[in-house]
Amino acid sequence: MTMELSDAQLVGRCRNGEAAAWNELVERFSRYVYAIAVRVYRLPEHDAEDVFQEVFARVYERLGSLRDDAAIRPWLAQLTRNTCVDRLRASTREQPVEELSAEETDAILERLDEALDVREGLESLSGDCKEILDRFFARDESYRTIGDALDLPAGTIASRISRCLGKLREQLEGRKPSPDPSGGS
Amino acid sequence: MRATSGYDEERLGELLGQLPPAPAGWVQAAQELPAARLGLDAIVERARVDAEFRVLLVADLEAALAAAGYEPTDELIDAVRACLPELDQ
Repeated sequence: MTMELSDAQLVGRCRNGEAAAWNELVERFSRYVYAIAVRVYRLPEHDAEDVFQEVFARVYERLGSLRDDAAIRPWLAQLTRNTCVDRLRASTREQPVEELSAEETDAILERLDEALDVREGLESLSGDCKEILDRFFARDESYRTIGDALDLPAGTIASRISRCLGKLREQLEGRKPSPDPSGGS
Repeated sequence: MRATSGYDEERLGELLGQLPPAPAGWVQAAQELPAARLGLDAIVERARVDAEFRVLLVADLEAALAAAGYEPTDELIDAVRACLPELDQ
């Protein structure tokens, strides 16, 4: 899907049965659901995978009941939280786990929401900037790995990261990004 | 998107690091849910209400499914083909 759709547009297309829209919806929110499962509720990998699949299955089945298409994100967050809690309750019957306080949970969720806002800004940057920032910060790749993958000198990665962060900040603050589309020198 | 201002580079980097990618296999499995579970229903329903899509399915089933964004697996093609006669009624 080449055009950046709003969440509401994406949900509408999913409801119309467009498979490409569903792929995009999963792609757009996969990190969010994953992070809630492993960072907020600290589920082990196999439980997190079950939750991940269950959440998207429920989203698909219940998309028609969503009253406000633009509210997909909070709806998805609540669905993921409920599914994680169910999973935790089931697992504590076998093995007690450390309880998270409501304040702690809310604080992490708030940070993830903010992170998702930043990712939306990232999506509007040039391909190179998006790739470099994602590889370095989200995938934790080294300068050398990034340089090899993108065919760029490793010695220029740090400065590119800095420039791309500047563009991201401009984007988030609503200013027009600078004209250099590559993030390079 | 909420109002976001006053981010410094360190803060942006920290927030970007909050959302690592989910394992690719998980994402792919979730993306294949419609075809695996409910895709057939969606295709049939769309064919029922969308005459142009129905014509395309009859003319070239595999190409029509691919153009609509579905993976035209043998199983899906067979399942949709089995539903086509009732759609013409």
